[in-house]
Amino acid sequence: MNGSASLRNRLNTTVRDIPRSGIRDFFDIVSTMKDVISLGIGEPDFDTPWHVRESTVFALERGATHYTSNFGYLDLRRALAKYVRKAFGGEYNPENEVLITVGVSEALDLALRALLNPGDEVLYHEPCYVSYRATILFAHGVPLAVETRAENGFRLTRPMLEAKVTPRTKVLMLNFPNNPTGAVMSRADLEDIAAFARERDLIVITDEIYGELTYDAPHTSIVSLPGLCDRTIFLHGFSKAWAMTGFRLGYACGPAELIEAMMKIHQYTMLCASSLSQKAALEALARPETDIAEMVNEYRRRRNYIAAAFADMGLESHRPLGAFYAFPSVAKFGLSSRDFALKLLHEERVAVVPGTAFGACGEGFVRCAYATSLENIKEAMVRMRRLIGKL
Amino acid sequence: MDELLKILQTNALESRENIARMLGVPAAEVGARIADYEKRGVIRGYQAILNEDELDQDKVTAVIEVKVTPQREGGFDTIAHRVSRFPEVRSAYLMSGTYDLLLFVEGRTLREVAAFVSERLSPLEGVLSTSTHFMLKTYKRFGVLMHQESSDERLSVSP
Repeated sequence: MNGSASLRNRLNTTVRDIPRSGIRDFFDIVSTMKDVISLGIGEPDFDTPWHVRESTVFALERGATHYTSNFGYLDLRRALAKYVRKAFGGEYNPENEVLITVGVSEALDLALRALLNPGDEVLYHEPCYVSYRATILFAHGVPLAVETRAENGFRLTRPMLEAKVTPRTKVLMLNFPNNPTGAVMSRADLEDIAAFARERDLIVITDEIYGELTYDAPHTSIVSLPGLCDRTIFLHGFSKAWAMTGFRLGYACGPAELIEAMMKIHQYTMLCASSLSQKAALEALARPETDIAEMVNEYRRRRNYIAAAFADMGLESHRPLGAFYAFPSVAKFGLSSRDFALKLLHEERVAVVPGTAFGACGEGFVRCAYATSLENIKEAMVRMRRLIGKL
Repeated sequence: MDELLKILQTNALESRENIARMLGVPAAEVGARIADYEKRGVIRGYQAILNEDELDQDKVTAVIEVKVTPQREGGFDTIAHRVSRFPEVRSAYLMSGTYDLLLFVEGRTLREVAAFVSERLSPLEGVLSTSTHFMLKTYKRFGVLMHQESSDERLSVSP
């Protein structure tokens, strides 16, 4: 088209200059191929619990099809405040400290837009979820990536943050259990980070979407540490633990002033999260223990299986402790992450995601999601082993 | 319940090596634990879960509610054991509620099952009455759906 170059020049420069997600790029390649076993899917393979689906149908029949409060249904916020207290140790007032959003992605966007003035810096750790850097840039912030390392189990440490922080740093973003590495932080690890946040007077945004999915020790949330609730925006949702990705339902909990500011943006851009999804979420909170426990057990078996298979085939990997991702190193084969992933895809029809999709320091790694059946995982491991034997 | 048993309930054919990987224990330990469960009679056998509606076969299944008189000494067990011994009876349970025993009975034809009820079951001492229901179609057995679920609708790669 003739005008395409000039139209491109009329785009907002931030948007124009941000590349598409590397995941999207890889999806386009994989989707043209047949008989691929995908370890590239960042969402649960389990069905949404039947009682949740059934009650969503009932909600539709009953006519829960209208706008809700901008904050979201109050009964859902009440149930969430209770759940967050029990599962994460944070105390929030459902009246003004809980905001229901369209997934954690929206909540993260709202939090950053509510906090940042142009030029404010945001510390975040890489490898990380694909949207973080872009979301900071869209909010006119300056992203400061802190590289986490395999030898350290991809945990974040205070010295790593000290090396990057400046007087203009306003926000610290955390995501543990981590996508893509499966890293988790112990209470002691988090205490160091909390002390740093307090001393530097930073606002913490913690994305704990995988909080329920830990396999060797229960998850600790930074909001449960003394004095952190007052400076933290806690983000969580239903996509991972309840296998409800398509419902697009998340929420933010935090100090009333921050939630109010986030609500204003949400009010003017989104109005409210889907009423039906909110009803579904309320039902999901009816018996979280039973819904989640069996999925966690199954993920643990797969994690154990995949870790043992990597060890057998001589693939180095830190032990993933949470979420449903393994992040092995492929550096020793002399290929870039992307070339390794392409070779694995073309020669053995197994899709993994190059580590670079999650930040430059993901070079040398690939993300293998074990949110697929054990049968698929077994076959994928046979194929990976075969490829590695040829390298 | 033991993780090992859960894995076997999902797939009894899973190899010892794979189970060991899933549990993070040595394969020899898995073998020993299974042998122990078998010896103790906790594991009483391994069967395939069939969708029998897919088989071209002459077979009917009836669910029979049976009211019985509990017997002195043996209570319900004596009559229940006796009934359970008939090979036609595939499953038998003691129930609370308006009847006592629930039986799943198989035969080649309706007539055959009817004959079992009238000639074998009802005349037993202690059997007060029976109520027979014939099964028409199976939707789920042992936790397994008998119809194909829709295929995986997830994108092949996602963040």
